[in-house]
Amino acid sequence: MGGLVYYSSRTGNTRRFVERLGLAASRIPMEPDAPLPAPRAPFVLITPTYADGQGRGAVHKQVIRFLNDPDTRCHLRGVIASGNRNFGRLFASAGDVVARKCAVPVLYRFELAGTETDLARVREGLDRFWTTQCSTAT
Amino acid sequence: MKDLTTVRPVPRAINWNRLQDDKDLEIWNRLTVNFWLPEKVPLSNDIPSWSQLTEEEQRLTIRVFTGLTLLDTIQNTVGAPALMPDAITPHEEAVLTNIAFMEAVHARSYSSIFSTLCSTAEVDEAFRWSEENPHLQQKSRLILDEYDSASHPLKKKIASVFLEGFLFYSGFYLPMHWSSRARLTNTADLIRLIIRDEAVHGYYIGYKYQRGLEVLTEAERNELKDFAFSLIFELYDIEGRYTEQLYDGLGLTEDVKAFLHYNANKALQNLGYESLFPDELCKVNPAIMAALSPNADENHDFFSGSGSSYVIGKAVATEDEDWDF
Repeated sequence: MGGLVYYSSRTGNTRRFVERLGLAASRIPMEPDAPLPAPRAPFVLITPTYADGQGRGAVHKQVIRFLNDPDTRCHLRGVIASGNRNFGRLFASAGDVVARKCAVPVLYRFELAGTETDLARVREGLDRFWTTQCSTAT
Repeated sequence: MKDLTTVRPVPRAINWNRLQDDKDLEIWNRLTVNFWLPEKVPLSNDIPSWSQLTEEEQRLTIRVFTGLTLLDTIQNTVGAPALMPDAITPHEEAVLTNIAFMEAVHARSYSSIFSTLCSTAEVDEAFRWSEENPHLQQKSRLILDEYDSASHPLKKKIASVFLEGFLFYSGFYLPMHWSSRARLTNTADLIRLIIRDEAVHGYYIGYKYQRGLEVLTEAERNELKDFAFSLIFELYDIEGRYTEQLYDGLGLTEDVKAFLHYNANKALQNLGYESLFPDELCKVNPAIMAALSPNADENHDFFSGSGSSYVIGKAVATEDEDWDF
């Protein structure tokens, strides 16, 4: 199974989702001067969405800083994005931005801290995803 | 002798370049960029569609909108101002003034819809109805009591998050329903702007609530959590009856209730709490979900499985200089 990296602001929605997921994960720090995780093996990113009404600023600056390292970025295999459907067509749009920029699939979208159904789907989905990744890599 | 308690201290001038909490600036920017007015929405294009609704459907729609107007009025004149004395930072106070004003814009928007689509007599009847409707009055009373009692600053925030994140949704359901049937689509566009604003308000006030909890003892935190769950139960009870009264005639009550459960859970999540209603009670009609976030599910995600391939997302402007890889 590959790695998991996530960003969560002080609202803690994504943090609570990852904790309930029960899988090992590294957190991208909130402080701009703190050292960033630097995964050197395949991983999936979980990121919230911060878009304004025009879709700007969807991806948090700290996530951008994290992905700006080419040695990290080349190991990104997929993105899971969270958001709120109240934002209409921009719901979880951070996932679409990262997918387009890094040419990886959007694996899943969920709202706020996620539901039990979301957790089950992500656990199962990641399991299947990494199995497929491993078998195609060899 | 001068009574010191009556002398208002001169506030410190607000310095937006010295932030104690960067969420304040994040939310200020979000709210100001999202600013809108009802005049921007071509509501008059809905006139033909309005005339296709039955008399019962029209009356229901006007009543639902007067109910929403009441909640926005409360939030504009009482709710957001009541949170200001509890603000921890001067920037939080400034954000709350923006929230208060946008609630006035929301309340004003329903009157724009009325003046475009309805007769004065119909609208006057609906405002009378809202003043006399026991369920609407009862839920307003419960929220107002928390705003006024000042028993605990964080209880006001709970009440505010429930008003914005839960109580509106028995009303928001209807324009989403009409929109899913290609009716009143411009009105639905306007309501979507309100729904978007309410999400930011609930997110921010829920966040400030969680910050407030951080400095409390375990016992105090438990007491507030118990209070939050008992308030949502009480409000849900009233909402259930309000929903039946409004929607039984159209046979939509069960559909609306699923939407209420789903939104109650989201309001609780904004406060940092777990869901109250199990997922099987939150299965919102997919047509309503699609009306809420059009195109959001167009690009199927990988895990939900629409085949082995995936579609890369549509371009979204980022405008971040350092987003240059």
